[in-house]
Amino acid sequence: MWKWFHQLASPPHIYRLAGFWAPWMLALALIGVGVGLYGGLIKAPADYQQGDAFRIIYVHVPSAYLSLLGYVIMAVASVIGLIWRMKLAHAVAVSAAPIGASFTFLALATGSLWGKPMWGTWWEWSDPRMMTELILLFLYLGYMTLHSAIEDRTRADRAGAVLAIVGVVNVVIVHYSVEWWSSLHQGQTVMNEDAVMPASMLTPLLIMIVSFSLFFGAVLFARLRSEVLLRERNARWVKRLVTGDASSLSKGAQHA
Amino acid sequence: MGSDPTDDQHSVVIRAVELRPLTVFAVMLGREWRLALRRLTDAINPLFFFAVVATLFPLAISPQRAVLQTIGPGVVWVAALLAALLPLNALFSQDHGDGTLEQYVLAGQSLVALCIAKTVALWLVAGLPLVLVSALIAQSYAMPVEAMPTLALSLSLGSYTLCALGAVAAALTVGVQRASALIALLVLPMMVPVIIFGTRAVVLASGGEPAAGPLYLLAATATLAAVLTPLAIAAALRISLE
Repeated sequence: MWKWFHQLASPPHIYRLAGFWAPWMLALALIGVGVGLYGGLIKAPADYQQGDAFRIIYVHVPSAYLSLLGYVIMAVASVIGLIWRMKLAHAVAVSAAPIGASFTFLALATGSLWGKPMWGTWWEWSDPRMMTELILLFLYLGYMTLHSAIEDRTRADRAGAVLAIVGVVNVVIVHYSVEWWSSLHQGQTVMNEDAVMPASMLTPLLIMIVSFSLFFGAVLFARLRSEVLLRERNARWVKRLVTGDASSLSKGAQHA
Repeated sequence: MGSDPTDDQHSVVIRAVELRPLTVFAVMLGREWRLALRRLTDAINPLFFFAVVATLFPLAISPQRAVLQTIGPGVVWVAALLAALLPLNALFSQDHGDGTLEQYVLAGQSLVALCIAKTVALWLVAGLPLVLVSALIAQSYAMPVEAMPTLALSLSLGSYTLCALGAVAAALTVGVQRASALIALLVLPMMVPVIIFGTRAVVLASGGEPAAGPLYLLAATATLAAVLTPLAIAAALRISLE
């Protein structure tokens, strides 16, 4: 167990591990997105109320899910980085932030596209989910801005980690306060959450959620690899990686 | 902390003069208060800002009494929050510039007590005056007199939450050049619950309805912020001096 934990903290080890998994995850994600889109856009029947407009959920729901998951990954990595002073955890948090922010933006954009035919407006202030996502986007942007504003990397990592932890407490309160607020303003709810989706609609959605998550993982690993290289640019194993052949990499991993 | 032996020797010397957290709090509060009195313009500027911003809304929207009554609670709340952001940048930057901040951390006293004192002092200087001025502005927006106590109470609680969260942002950005915009970006999204509960309480009170519900929620967020943020401020200060 401890050996495993120790290995996980070793940059060359994680660099190789991420490099091994990223292409597989990306390939699986692309296949999954293909299958999911076919099932969702072509095979699934049109909704009896929303027509074809409902099909945007095949992008919207996975994006919204990953926007939250991205923040959780960032916060958990920050906690690990702060408590155990594991530098690699900070690299994970820094790598996850822009991906999470992108998915938050995608969730907002697709929600807005869906809102136009359904609600007759691009932006519905009284919808609590849209508000929460918008605040989440601001929190992501705040984290990234703070991290880039502090020049010293260790300081930036640790300051960002504190912010991410404060933010995760805050986002829960924001979510419930916005929900309470919108109930006062009679938010229109077209989506009936109790309605059961037929399998022909639900299966593609589940496939899309899994494939989007795999894509998230693949991008996270790719970003993590470049982040690790950037941080370890003075380490011996990176120099050997750049100058030497691939066979010396494993030797370098033992020395580092 | 203090895991290696050389560190321990130092802390033995320091512990001999360690003060009670309450004493640290009182000393620190006294210092901040005296400093604020000597820089009165710094404390007064946000009040002018508050008044000017509140003046612009009737010009921009409408001077009609009905409109003013509708937008009044929101305008007073938003303008007060924006005004309370102004002194945040200077909260730690001056102490950082002359090295006082390092002494806070090295002094071996309770840094958390010190951070609570900093927050309370900030609120006394930057939050409480806004509450007093807000009554005047609310009056000009034709807010009923019965709503004034609710406005004052909600703004007091809300501005304390802002001071506490703002102190976290200020501590995180110590040493960052031109941090004001960054602090606003960090703090304002976190103020969403406070502005929801605060304006709701004032709207209810203006309509003659009981406003206890949102006030309790506001008190809950203020309590949460008062208890948790000193830990984050202390951690952020330690990080910024590493």
